[in-house]
Amino acid sequence: MQRDDFANPAMLGVAAGEAAWNRPPENGKPACSGCHGDINGSMRGVDARYPARNAVNGAVLDLPGRIQLCRSQHQALTPEPRESAALLALQAAIALRSRGMPVEAPSARGLSDAVARGEMLYRQRLGQLNLSCAQCHDDHWGRSLGGTRIPQGHPTGYPLFRLEWQALGSLQRRLRNCFTGVRAEPFPAGASEWIDLEIYLRERAAGMASDAPAVRP
Amino acid sequence: MRRGAGAFGLAAMLVLPAAAQGPVAGKAMEHGAVPEAAPLATSRPADPANGRKIVVERRRGFCLLCHSGPFPEARFHGDLAPSLAGTGSRWTEGQLRARLIDSTAINAETIMPPYFRTGGGNRIGPVFIGKPILTAEEIEDVTAFLTTLRD
Repeated sequence: MQRDDFANPAMLGVAAGEAAWNRPPENGKPACSGCHGDINGSMRGVDARYPARNAVNGAVLDLPGRIQLCRSQHQALTPEPRESAALLALQAAIALRSRGMPVEAPSARGLSDAVARGEMLYRQRLGQLNLSCAQCHDDHWGRSLGGTRIPQGHPTGYPLFRLEWQALGSLQRRLRNCFTGVRAEPFPAGASEWIDLEIYLRERAAGMASDAPAVRP
Repeated sequence: MRRGAGAFGLAAMLVLPAAAQGPVAGKAMEHGAVPEAAPLATSRPADPANGRKIVVERRRGFCLLCHSGPFPEARFHGDLAPSLAGTGSRWTEGQLRARLIDSTAINAETIMPPYFRTGGGNRIGPVFIGKPILTAEEIEDVTAFLTTLRD
């Protein structure tokens, strides 16, 4: 399903995102394409090197966070909320332009501190069920948790269409699912802890091909 | 614990590989090496039939997410931990209870959740703070049921 763009339901999000890319807002500010031009050229490889440190304010932003910043800074609009269909669609359209490209190691972009923080979180037992990410996704990947095969926790396909969600969703949504599964309190949407965790997962996945927007069970 | 620290250390080393190797490895363990827990104070006698329900029902005990066992009506048993078949032959009632209450006291690296521990933990969801996963009655029910699983 993932390999056939006509069968991959995430491609509906890509189509919506491409339309949004080219549509100028009603306030007279430029469309995304007004500054960046053709999405195929300007967004090539961008997802493979996010999260990244913003050159202006120094903040470490994931791709949805960067899209939100653009929307408020350059389009004078209220950013679309995280997990909204509009933001996921734009993210999917941008992520597609890194398909097949190797995920870049965040440590090579000055993000080693975030990698270390993310790894600490990954190895910390969490929630009432007292499990760390590592205990399932490192120690028991490939085995069955109930009827579910435990994956290695690679972040290369997001945003992706999950059959369980019946929708396009973000990596943070997926991480939140694991947190609630072990009865832990998730971080707020967009929290720096989620971004640290994504950066650590990307460090582990460095060199793997980006396959966003992917399809997962 | 009747044995010395050496025997306990051996047990701690054995517990982790047992999760990967299944019941045969578990059978080789020495009973005396694993701590036992005394019955919890409860409001009613233990009910093994209810214990079986807790084990089988996915959202109550979570047992079959990791364990398999003689439960033909339950689909999709996990394979992260040994089968529960014959567990009553391998462990005493007190040892089974001790594992349920807080398995990390036996093996610090275990993936088994602490079912009757309320202290410690990180970022526990607000509705679960200060509450054990199972009540004392449920721990006694599950313990009583597991002792009936004989080889």
